[in-house]
Amino acid sequence: MSVQVVGGGGRRPFFRRRKSCPFSGPKATRIDYKDTRLMQRFVSERGKIVPSRITAVSTKKQRELARAIKRARFLALLPYVLK
Amino acid sequence: MAFYECVLIARQDVSATQVETLVADYTKILEDNGGRVAGSEYWGLRTLAYRIKKNRKGHYVYLTLDAPAAALHELERNMRLSDDVIRYLTVRVEELEEGPSVVMQQRNSRDDRGGRGDRGDRRGGGGRYGGDGPRGRGPRDDNAPATPAAAPATPAASEGATK
Repeated sequence: MSVQVVGGGGRRPFFRRRKSCPFSGPKATRIDYKDTRLMQRFVSERGKIVPSRITAVSTKKQRELARAIKRARFLALLPYVLK
Repeated sequence: MAFYECVLIARQDVSATQVETLVADYTKILEDNGGRVAGSEYWGLRTLAYRIKKNRKGHYVYLTLDAPAAALHELERNMRLSDDVIRYLTVRVEELEEGPSVVMQQRNSRDDRGGRGDRGDRRGGGGRYGGDGPRGRGPRDDNAPATPAAAPATPAASEGATK
């Protein structure tokens, strides 16, 4: 009963913080295919692009990010697959 | 005239001075066609994420260009012909970036050898995810529940704390 329910849903018994898009807003980082460190945060251990529902990247930025990751892959800055 | 960024990867067997002459050649090609090289960076001999034409490493060169399309076509044609260039990517940009690119900034901020060793070892690369810090770890927990028990507990705790 002491659990705090936030937002409209209320179905979840535990609190989940509303994550905001890391590329939107005033302090947003720029998406750059050369920034391998940044790209790596949005790639799974297998080397796949992490879906935006997990990373909370906005739809528009996710498209931009996916393009950047694919460019980085082409330049062998990121792997296509990691085993 | 339009702005472009161009990254090219040269074969690992060529020397750094050869890369320089290569860049000088391409600069000349651009200038002959009415273009201009606004900036050029040599990222050094980096380990490739995968093998390209039997190469495990490559010399990365990053150029920022202000050139007409015709000059770019000529440049790309020459890069395709060259055996030393194993890959290139030209991207049109709205405006050219000032100052050193992210790669150079990262290179200067960390110790060089450690960073490269990280990249070279694939397994090390995988392990790095875990040690990447809380920011990198957050999304991955949802993705892979098979992470060690300690890992999911930490972000949850920190999330509670930040609330």
